[in-house]
Amino acid sequence: MLDYVISKYNFWIYIILMMIGLYAMIGKKNLVKKLIGMNVFQSAIILFYVSIGVKAGATVPILSGHGHGHEAIDVASYINPLPHVLMLTAIVVSIATTGIALATLILIYRKYNTLEEDEILKIRKETGA
Amino acid sequence: MADQFAALIIVVPLIASLFVPVFGWWKKKLCYPWVVAVLVIPLISSLSVLNTVMTTGKFSYRLGGWAPPWGIEYMLDHLSAFVLVIVSSISLIVAIYSKKSVEDNLPEKTVPFYTLFLLLVTGLMGIVITGDVFNLFVFLEISALSCYALIAIGEEGAPMATFNYIIIGTIGACFYLLGIGYLYIATGSLNMADLANILPDLYHSKVILVAFAFFTVGLAIKAGLFPLHTWLPDAYCTAPSAVSALIAPLMTKVAAYVMIRLMFTVFQPNFSVNMVPVMPILGWLSVMAIFWGGIKALAQTDLKRMLVYVVVAEVGYIVIGVSVANRMGLTGAILHIMNDAVMMACLFLVVGAILYKTGTREIHQLRHLNKKMPFTMAAFTITALSMCGIPPACGFFSKWYLILGTIEAGQWVWAAALLCSSLINAVLFFRVIECAYLKPMEPAYALNGGETKHEEIQRDEAPLTMLVPIVIMAAGVILLGIFSGKIISSVIQFAVPASF
Repeated sequence: MLDYVISKYNFWIYIILMMIGLYAMIGKKNLVKKLIGMNVFQSAIILFYVSIGVKAGATVPILSGHGHGHEAIDVASYINPLPHVLMLTAIVVSIATTGIALATLILIYRKYNTLEEDEILKIRKETGA
Repeated sequence: MADQFAALIIVVPLIASLFVPVFGWWKKKLCYPWVVAVLVIPLISSLSVLNTVMTTGKFSYRLGGWAPPWGIEYMLDHLSAFVLVIVSSISLIVAIYSKKSVEDNLPEKTVPFYTLFLLLVTGLMGIVITGDVFNLFVFLEISALSCYALIAIGEEGAPMATFNYIIIGTIGACFYLLGIGYLYIATGSLNMADLANILPDLYHSKVILVAFAFFTVGLAIKAGLFPLHTWLPDAYCTAPSAVSALIAPLMTKVAAYVMIRLMFTVFQPNFSVNMVPVMPILGWLSVMAIFWGGIKALAQTDLKRMLVYVVVAEVGYIVIGVSVANRMGLTGAILHIMNDAVMMACLFLVVGAILYKTGTREIHQLRHLNKKMPFTMAAFTITALSMCGIPPACGFFSKWYLILGTIEAGQWVWAAALLCSSLINAVLFFRVIECAYLKPMEPAYALNGGETKHEEIQRDEAPLTMLVPIVIMAAGVILLGIFSGKIISSVIQFAVPASF
């Protein structure tokens, strides 16, 4: 059992991080904590992607001396760069999402003077909006 | 030129959106004509693409000339070309409509509004056209991000609704991204056509099952399928009129399109229907969506909020058509993507016009609107009849196919739910029509000095930039109904997988 966990430790770490993020998004009352939970959630997925490109004993995928076409490339000796490239896009997306969410939080704070969800709901109930 | 049409659909609005701030910095008034002129190009391109697909069959466009599965490919078949035409035409019509509404609601924010508007349209069309699952994720996020920002500039309560939407929408997109990751682990490919070739050998694998589950849940969140719809009512209701007229018809429908695409193109229908028990679950959830949306809509006094709950119910219609998994049902679902987009666009445009003219959305304050705004209310009534499923309006035909599909699948409860929902819609919309057309004068007028004073009600129709889109949409509701047989025989029957 322990071997099973250790041999796939990257997946376990990503699942644990993801659940922490999911818990923060659902369970926390403070909107900033929810946002941080969302970031943890996204980072977990990024780590998952990065880890699936790794191969044991492989090196960075920079080719030297392969420009003339007389040497075949040994795929197993290079890690897979594609998941990493995909994650560059995902990181940009997650930064943009965080930016919009923070801007929204500023709007909320200006309006209600608090970032606690239960207090905001109370204010909205009192003002009938 | 002609063979580049597929790329123009995406490239033109994307680059044009970057020019909106330039024009806005120079002269604010130029933004509106620029956006309308730009959106004509995707419409022409997608019509030409649909024409090509109808005459020569499906084709693919290689972006930058890179061959798939390494390069990104645009996949153009009957289904995607059909949905592209819907998205591009509705976005053009909403752009025409947006002039007065934006001047009235967001005078300070014209420039960001139109920039985000074009980005949102780019994202939606990208989702439909792309043949690469990761590229689809990127477009999904482009549309979602611009949608968050557009909703946040709305009325009171919008920031809170937006924040909820951001959190839930990001969970949905991340689930979709995880699904891609699992597919990539198992297959090493991201191209839809390539995946469809590789996957059948791997259908027993648990990794593929997990990927499928993540896709389904993620897209159900994006489509607002019950019980994952909780973000939808507040977000759509608090958005500015022109924004809700764009996102209410298109966002959920495009997510439903992705669901159809993944279930029946990337995965074989045989896998999605027989090897995973997802169809009955989706079907029963849709039944609950139809009832929940209908009942919540009945409880609303605000016209826009009522329509937002109708959107929740309409998502149920489309997903029922997918989950019966037969030719009739899926034909109904694809037809309903079009019909519902047109009907919802028309209804939300009308609500925007009413709000612009009268400043209210409360149903009981709409008295004598038939005299004030005769054309707008006529359009509303036509669409309302279509929502109830009265021929020859288009709503009847998609519902007819959906009900035939459920009967063919032997799901009598689902068929009954569809019929009940027509009744609920009848009650919903006749309540509004009664208020606008038939309610007598308010007692305050009648008791004025003991004599009944018949005040002359001035005609106060919506401005032309609003009225023309509304009338076009209402005419579309009738025309699409009359020509629905032709649409099915020339486009939709080829969009349904051949194995059905």
